[in-house]
Amino acid sequence: MFTKPFQFIFALSMAFLPLFSFANPTTDTLSHTTTAVAEAHETTNHEAKPENKKEEIKEFIKHHLQDSHDFHLFSWTDDHQKDHHISFPLPVILWDNGLHVFLSSKFHHGEAVAESNGNFYKLHHSKIYKTDSSGTLTIDEHHHATNDKPLDFSITKNVFMIMIVSLIMIILFTNLAKSYKKNNGIAQGAGRFFEPIILYIRDEIAIPNIGKNYKRYMSYLLTIFFFVWFLNLFGLTPLGVNVTGNIAVTLCLALVTFVITNVTANKNYWGHIFWMPGVPVLMKFVLAPIELLGVIIKPFSLMIRLYANIVAGHVVLMSIIGLMFIFKNWIGSSLSFFLAFALSLLEVLVAALQAYIITMLSALYFGSATEEHHGEDHH
Amino acid sequence: MTIPNIVGAGLIVIGAGIGIGRIGGSAMDAIARQPEQSGKIQTAMLIAAALIEGIGFAALFAS
Repeated sequence: MFTKPFQFIFALSMAFLPLFSFANPTTDTLSHTTTAVAEAHETTNHEAKPENKKEEIKEFIKHHLQDSHDFHLFSWTDDHQKDHHISFPLPVILWDNGLHVFLSSKFHHGEAVAESNGNFYKLHHSKIYKTDSSGTLTIDEHHHATNDKPLDFSITKNVFMIMIVSLIMIILFTNLAKSYKKNNGIAQGAGRFFEPIILYIRDEIAIPNIGKNYKRYMSYLLTIFFFVWFLNLFGLTPLGVNVTGNIAVTLCLALVTFVITNVTANKNYWGHIFWMPGVPVLMKFVLAPIELLGVIIKPFSLMIRLYANIVAGHVVLMSIIGLMFIFKNWIGSSLSFFLAFALSLLEVLVAALQAYIITMLSALYFGSATEEHHGEDHH
Repeated sequence: MTIPNIVGAGLIVIGAGIGIGRIGGSAMDAIARQPEQSGKIQTAMLIAAALIEGIGFAALFAS
């Protein structure tokens, strides 16, 4: 597909990309300061202006972890104190007794009130609230707005990234599958990097845990592995996306595992939960509620594990990069830079490890749902 | 972040650290005994470590 010199130049420019991208946070937080000041003058001064560097960095991290209605690449403030943003707006789809669809550029990065079919909406901390034409938001003492919220079905940054990753996966793997037919049983093209990984998932994760009808679950296991792995990797890029660090996304992944486990379970699975074979009758009554709780807690721990690992990794990494801007001397900043680099390597490992763990535990749960009778209670 | 919260978080980290440390230690012993099985032992060690880290994080969020 590519010719060799192009591959080399492409790889080299990718390798130098990190040096150019994280240099932006100072101006980014400065633009947040200016928009925060502007909002403080417009509204009832509910936003505490980020005063010192630490507050700016905390605001930046919080903003990174949240979802947003436009895809913001970077921004800077020029010498005339004017903000420039490089971003593209994403569609906002609201249901508020009627469908409202408009582009999020109507919000002007949170400064303007968007009007659609007679209703007015305003962004406040990345959430959309229904207001009147002047954009009044009633703020309670915890800095939360108490206006009505319409049902928000927008294509936000996370939804957009999920669509992109799905598209990448579809293109990559259908091309890989087609290349087997064209090339006589040998994979060809970019997808051949993933062939050993797919075989590893089949031979080391699916077959040992699930057994003989592993083929039913292979598509889900492969999907969840590559989905989580690619989304974790995208979270480490300078694009500033954070999909798997969103508890709603991991909740849905855990929910699908939960549904598949319980729908495809056989009688042995339910027997082991409600009437555990091989223990005295009194213990069976004690074990039943515990096992029932376990049915809920096992997918719940899947959700929490992925969410907490990714969020903790991002927060620590960005705090260390923020440390670079707090130490403004040569030694402190360069040491922080190298620590951030080492931590990024660890985060790459964590990205693949968390994908592996979630796949392995899902396979384990599927295996326990379809286990055959062992003959253990023949006393 | 009150004092009991911080103390609780510290206890959670101690617990997770001891647990994963013990798993790492026995994995090292096992690899020393049978170097050719080191692949399987490493895999099992990572799985157990991830499980313990999972409950550690869950408890950290609750604290």
